[in-house]
Amino acid sequence: MTRLEVKRSMLASIVPGLASLGKKGLAGWLVVIGTLIVVSIVFMTLIAPWITPYDPSTRGINVGRPLTPPNPQFPFGTNDLGQDMLSRTIAGGSVMLQVAVLSVIICIIIGVPLGLFSSYVGGMLDRTTCLVMDSVYAFPGLILAIAIAATLGRGVVNMALSIAVVYVPSYFRVIRSQVLSIKETPYVEAAKSIGAKNRTILFKYILPNVVPSIVVVATVNFADAILTAAGLTFIGLGVEVDIPDWGWDLANGRRLLPSGVWWVITFPGIFIILLALGFTLVGEGLSELLNPKLAER
Amino acid sequence: MEKQLLAVEGLTVEYWARRGRVRAVDSVSFTLDRAETLGVVGESGSGKSTLGLSLIRLIPPPGRIIGGHLWLEGTDLLKLREEEMRNVRGRKIAFVFQDPMTSLNPVKKIGEHFVELIRTHEPKTGREEALRRAEKLLNDVGIQSERINDYPHQLSGGMRQRVMIALSIALNPSIVIADEPTTALDVIVQAKILDLLKNVQNVYAMALILITHDLSIALERCNKILVMYAGQMVEYASVENIYNKPQHPYTRGLLKSIPNIELAEQKLEAIPGSPPDLLNPPRGCRFWPRCPSSIGKCREREPQPVETEPGHFVRCFLHEVAGNESN
Amino acid sequence: MSDAFYMRWREMNRTEIVRVENLKKYFPVEKSFLEKLLTRTRGFIRAVDDITFSVLRGEVFTLAGESGCGKTTTGKIILGLVPPTSGRVFFRDREITNLKPEELRLLRRRMQIIFQDPYASFNPRMKIGDAIGHPLEIHGLASGLEKRKKVLSMLERVGLTPPEQFIELYPHQLSGGQRQRAAIARSLILNPEFIVADEPVSMIDVSLRTTIIDLMLDLKRELQLTYLFITHDLAVAKYISDRVAIMYLGKIVEMGEKEEIFSNPLHPYTQALLSAIPVPNPDRKRRIIELKGEVPSAIRIPMGCRFHPRCPFAEEACQKEEPELTVVSASHLVACHLAKGSEHA
Repeated sequence: MTRLEVKRSMLASIVPGLASLGKKGLAGWLVVIGTLIVVSIVFMTLIAPWITPYDPSTRGINVGRPLTPPNPQFPFGTNDLGQDMLSRTIAGGSVMLQVAVLSVIICIIIGVPLGLFSSYVGGMLDRTTCLVMDSVYAFPGLILAIAIAATLGRGVVNMALSIAVVYVPSYFRVIRSQVLSIKETPYVEAAKSIGAKNRTILFKYILPNVVPSIVVVATVNFADAILTAAGLTFIGLGVEVDIPDWGWDLANGRRLLPSGVWWVITFPGIFIILLALGFTLVGEGLSELLNPKLAER
Repeated sequence: MEKQLLAVEGLTVEYWARRGRVRAVDSVSFTLDRAETLGVVGESGSGKSTLGLSLIRLIPPPGRIIGGHLWLEGTDLLKLREEEMRNVRGRKIAFVFQDPMTSLNPVKKIGEHFVELIRTHEPKTGREEALRRAEKLLNDVGIQSERINDYPHQLSGGMRQRVMIALSIALNPSIVIADEPTTALDVIVQAKILDLLKNVQNVYAMALILITHDLSIALERCNKILVMYAGQMVEYASVENIYNKPQHPYTRGLLKSIPNIELAEQKLEAIPGSPPDLLNPPRGCRFWPRCPSSIGKCREREPQPVETEPGHFVRCFLHEVAGNESN
Repeated sequence: MSDAFYMRWREMNRTEIVRVENLKKYFPVEKSFLEKLLTRTRGFIRAVDDITFSVLRGEVFTLAGESGCGKTTTGKIILGLVPPTSGRVFFRDREITNLKPEELRLLRRRMQIIFQDPYASFNPRMKIGDAIGHPLEIHGLASGLEKRKKVLSMLERVGLTPPEQFIELYPHQLSGGQRQRAAIARSLILNPEFIVADEPVSMIDVSLRTTIIDLMLDLKRELQLTYLFITHDLAVAKYISDRVAIMYLGKIVEMGEKEEIFSNPLHPYTQALLSAIPVPNPDRKRRIIELKGEVPSAIRIPMGCRFHPRCPFAEEACQKEEPELTVVSASHLVACHLAKGSEHA
């Protein structure tokens, strides 16, 4: 199968799925709209190398006169280095998306097993983990991320790590509260009474019922990670200047804004908000759709 | 004073669910005399609770009363404006819910519940007077008047239900509707609460509509019984007729399936199958898939209620000949 | 054969399958942080307070009582789902309290439970077929096609037909009665001898209860099962049981053959309980025995006979001394000072 065919078959399976979601009322539509926003931005970022009119990296310096306002040649204007803002906006999501995906993966790898085991086993282990998690949770998230990022240094992986540390407690708390209630349900008791081992109970009876909440937390986590990543780059803890990035442009644009240059900050800003909004919509919609009580109807 | 208090004619309630329209109450008619006790019996999903709520027009959305009349002393309640209806609730028709914990406000003292209720309907009554009345009402239902300063969680389940009954009679209504008032309670407390209901009913000369899934309770405590099945009234008659000559196969099945502690040896008979999905009810009579005596036309047409003898209504083709076949 | 002789003959020929000796379960009362600081003493909910009984092979033994009397806890202790505070449980003369997890797992093949709530006793994300076949998989007894065959025949046996269709359904697609049938299928798939049925019909619609009870009785005969039936509904207890034990506040107050308990109740609590049950007969006007107050909290159980504050016949002795469960006739035991007195008279 060629790549195009794969894409086509994926589309074919996604589109009817989305269409049927629309029938589930407002929540369904939130998911549909959110997914459309996110997918289009991701797609735009992926094909950026082929569609950007100019090179968005440092090699594209002085393609136009610095600080040209939006005009037919540069629809989004240029920045103080003379780079095309349209090209930078098209390509600038890549770092953020990488950071967000990576941080969500790290969070799931650490937070989910921790939440499952700690709350299932209970006792001292649970109390200690809770204490640690709560103290991390109590910290203002962005400040903690900044502190960690400053220690670890620049780079996509380090940004993802510093964001993950902030979000692991959210996963932990959500999973823990779920496991604590599922643990007491008759069907877990029924599993015990048929002689199921703890491992079986955890993975066949508890985990499948926690997955919906994990999905919801992950989407919210995505949205927050985007904003935090933007924040980290904004204060200079992000990536090298060379790589086009909305966060970097945001910081740059803020510097230029007082002198009346509004276009450098506006367009990347809109896209950050759009991306975060997309993930939030998906999260809100899913949390309603996956709520087991509502699903019963 | 006229004997008949409430006349319900063709009351119909529909819910709009995601998967379609559900007729939760399908053209139910009955009458209620002063000081009479009517038992509404049915299983979960039979529409008995919806029927109860629709009598005070408190159907939660997406439910709606789409037809019928509710004549209370000559006024059609369905024609009243919402403000007028609010005056009817509590004052003319009071409601006792199944779960007394959730129907009492946990952060309000028992006495305050009475003050609020009384002063909403009688704004001229002072706080002190309302509290005095509350003490008397609590005494009537067997609760010491000091309890007026307690919070709901300080009372046991049985006592909370007593408080609910005291609240329901506070404005001297002519009808009390009790929806499964004892389902959450143990059998000894249940008997006490049912006795209490009977008592206040006599003292305050009220009519009582007792909604229950337990046919035994209805047989023991009511004058008339209305049996609901899948949103429809299948039989409606005096308690003696229901017990001695039940006519609808469902009523007969129910009577044969409930254990009687007084019988030495008893062979219970089950009703096969299970109640229908109201989104997709069977064609014809709603009971025919479970009916032991169904005939050809049960699957084709829906039977209409017929009066087989004065005051005995049944919705079944087997008894249509006996009644007047008007349609 | 005279009745007494028959009774003795039956007693001799019937063996105990489960024996419970001096079983106690005290749950510590959860206290707030402040209370922990201020008080040293720890309160206990005495859910099960020293009970002894045995279940005979092939019978339906019922534990009956109001909510909070300890009947469900007792059932769970027997199955090893809740550890007892003290006391011993025997299964076929082998002590099964404090078994190692692996031994307990093996024991599960021989004793099973049916839960009260058919809606909550299935994993919502597991198909009915998988849920019923899971015990076979866990114990390595069958897998693949063989497992499927066993599940299908069990589904058919409990009346979920066509089984090929039910095997693919999720729990929420079944009605309450169907789910309880599926729960029965799951509890029987390992071929156990002893079943604890914890209020199996209390959440089922009235018109379906009888079918479930009759199914359980049919299966009992066919598969030679023994039931420990737990219920608050004495009318159901009367229909299904061979022997009945009435519990009040963690203790058995009366125990005996069904006929004895229902036609000749000796404990005032049993009498009150029986008198309170609604009778489906409008002509019958019964006399309800009035009890004072309500069931006290299991944290502060009254001194002496725990029933005396509510008992209409309580005497001085009742306040001081706790009555023991004593034999009044071959098949009837009661824990009441007065019942013993009347026996002598």
